Amino acid sequence: MRDLDVSEITKNVKEMCIEANIFMEEDMKEAIYKAYDTESSEVGRSVLAQLKENMKIAENERIPVCQDTGMAVVFLDVGQDVHFTGGDITEAVNEGIRQGYTEGYLRKSIVSDPFQRENSGDNTPAVIHFNIVPGDRVIITLAPKGFGSENTSRIFMLKPSDGIEGVKKAVIDTVTEAGPNACPPFVVGVGIGGDFEKCAIMAKKALTRHAGIKGSLGSLEKELLDRINESGIGPAGLGGSVTALAVKIETFPTHIAGLPVAVCMCCHANRHKQRSL
Amino acid sequence: MQGSDTKKLNLPLDKPEAESLRAGDRVLLTGEIYAARDAAHQRMYGIISECEAAGEDPRSGLPFPLEGAAVYYMGPSPAPPGKVIGSAGPTTSGRMDKYTPGLLDMGLKVMIGKGKRNTSVNDAIVRNGCVYLAAVGGAGALLSKCIKRSEVIAYDDLGAEAVRRLYVEDFPAIVVTDSTGKCLYA
Ligand code: SF4
Repeated sequence: MRDLDVSEITKNVKEMCIEANIFMEEDMKEAIYKAYDTESSEVGRSVLAQLKENMKIAENERIPVCQDTGMAVVFLDVGQDVHFTGGDITEAVNEGIRQGYTEGYLRKSIVSDPFQRENSGDNTPAVIHFNIVPGDRVIITLAPKGFGSENTSRIFMLKPSDGIEGVKKAVIDTVTEAGPNACPPFVVGVGIGGDFEKCAIMAKKALTRHAGIKGSLGSLEKELLDRINESGIGPAGLGGSVTALAVKIETFPTHIAGLPVAVCMCCHANRHKQRSL
Repeated sequence: MQGSDTKKLNLPLDKPEAESLRAGDRVLLTGEIYAARDAAHQRMYGIISECEAAGEDPRSGLPFPLEGAAVYYMGPSPAPPGKVIGSAGPTTSGRMDKYTPGLLDMGLKVMIGKGKRNTSVNDAIVRNGCVYLAAVGGAGALLSKCIKRSEVIAYDDLGAEAVRRLYVEDFPAIVVTDSTGKCLYA
């Protein structure tokens, strides 16, 4: 067993909240720079020029790339040989969120109750997905998720007879409906298989995968990306050839009676950081 | 979003100016705008509904005068020390659709946000000679540089959702829906 004091988790989560919101990951920067070079419409290029400039200003001035600094989503892959000491691990993550969002001047966007809607004041709680894995390390993946795009995400409980064409239609329909509301160019996370919640979690997790790394369904990812870009929605929905920067698909075994598909929409501000402790 | 055809506009816009804009025009705005989003709209809507039920004029109860005003659907991140405001880009306008036609009928002239509006809003834009503009969603750091003053004027308890009076200079936007009802989004 390896002892790990939960204060280490707090400290890292805090730093990661601030970093994720101010410094875009290299893969996303590259994708936006490449989009600027390939975009065919003039208005689309002017939007992408603003996004490039925006990332520079955020870094130089140490302010968030986007004012919606999101609901904090944390994937915690915990090695089975790790023994947490010094307190409650869930509370330690939330303390990291609290400190990060307060000290980092990040927006507090969480209401404590969906009906009363009073702001929790410190962006807690986070949505935490614990996963027990072999080994004695802890991998923290943190993804602040904005809701302009989150609100356009969808789940489809398809029939096996709908097949791969049904899956493609679900993705294209979701992207088309999201249009300008979800801040294109998008990153589209797709979870196929599992059950109702498994496909949603896969779709969300897929967004954190480095944009340069292909999934096992690389050819389907490419086909969907091309079809999305043929839609003409374009940067900011103002028309153009770059509507999405990447499509990322994850799959899991499923039931004989079903074909669940989740499409998690993310904007160009697809923020994610990972650390291994 | 500057192009060769970018128009510089001073706020407030009068009716002929608002009506001269066309979907697709790129503009740079200078002047006062009011930041208000979901919760502030809900409160304003509540005040208007209550006053109407009581047969009273709601104007005095609202946080800012609507006549000729420009509203920006935006809730900023907190201002770090020495800065006017934090990141300050638009939020999705469609969530304000329920509250919007009434505000346009009371004199609101300009809306700035991002994304699609419903037909009731489009009809109210035409009926009142208004204009709906989009700023680039997710460009909050860049847009914050155009905000020269920011002051919370109402609903302080709402935090990021409080109503703010902003003074902007050369704030870049594009006309999405013009007063003829033409909309830029396909
Ligand atoms: S959808 Fe993304 S880029 Fe757009 S406002 Fe929300 S967090 Fe920011």
